[in-house]
Amino acid sequence: MIRAVGKPLEEIIDMVKDYDKILLAGCDGCVTVCEAGGLKETKVLGSALRLHFTQAGQNKVIDETSLTRQCDPEYVGQLRDTIDNYDAVVSLACGVGAQFVVDMYKDKVVYPGVDTCFLGVTEERGWYTERCQACGSCILAETGGVCPIARCSKRMLNGPCGGSEGGKCEVSPEMPCGWQLIYERLKTLGQLDRFEKPRDTKDWTSSRDGGIRQIVREDLRI
Amino acid sequence: MRLQYPPDIRIIQVPCTGKVDILHLLAAFEEGADGVFVAGCLEGDCHFIEGNLRAKQRVKRVKEILDKVGLGGERVEMYNLSAGQGGRFAEIAREMDQKIRELGPSPIKLSKKKSTGSRVEVAA
Repeated sequence: MIRAVGKPLEEIIDMVKDYDKILLAGCDGCVTVCEAGGLKETKVLGSALRLHFTQAGQNKVIDETSLTRQCDPEYVGQLRDTIDNYDAVVSLACGVGAQFVVDMYKDKVVYPGVDTCFLGVTEERGWYTERCQACGSCILAETGGVCPIARCSKRMLNGPCGGSEGGKCEVSPEMPCGWQLIYERLKTLGQLDRFEKPRDTKDWTSSRDGGIRQIVREDLRI
Repeated sequence: MRLQYPPDIRIIQVPCTGKVDILHLLAAFEEGADGVFVAGCLEGDCHFIEGNLRAKQRVKRVKEILDKVGLGGERVEMYNLSAGQGGRFAEIAREMDQKIRELGPSPIKLSKKKSTGSRVEVAA
């Protein structure tokens, strides 16, 4: 799932300070799970902004809503009847959702309320770690289900490097070495022979090569 | 025990401080409360295991928010005491009341021109 963190309050205050009517639009998808941009966080931000502007003697309209998903047109379309009541929108969805609001309401000022970070898992509440970099060509089958692209700091295809020590990456003593994880996993599976076979250069054309990526599923289109 | 504590404190009862949400605390300030203190059970004594620890984290976050919006994080506090510590409750209430009086009325209340003196909310 996409993981994000709320932008610093000062940054959001600075973005919206010149507008009188502001809509805070949360997303009930990924950002709700990591408690960065669901309805609850949207209401917290709304309350904080009202406190700030009220104590500063500025009377602003600050309303909150949250859409099922901001990355699908049917849900973003639900803003159609109300969005013109506002001068600016702060989207608490990931960068994908914020941009989709821009796409659908081209004359509206839209600001991001969160910093979108990575595709990751919940280790425990409040602790999320990266697992996938959406390279578009999954090699998990070859690496025991541990991704060297996301979990090796150097994205090495034939690791570990000389910076791996005691199972940790040289980047940080707390950071597990991705290739150590791959080695241990393959050992557990009895597939260490995979580890001994050098991998060919990865085909990166499915990643950012060639510009903006698209998926077109003709079987789903009418 | 007939303990005395300031009469301008309004007590809001909840089953556990784990029920106290960030939004509840912020709503109190939006409504013009001068200060809020959350009175939870002693750490390690929560019937629901970690309700008071959750409340502690939420109070910490509200403090950060109040600092950033210009109200001052010292207007909200978390205290831990047992149900048998009535004397301590009165002491905390007086301490909090005094602190809030020194800080002055909430700027929100002043801004809304509803100035009627100090008011402290308690979630217990």
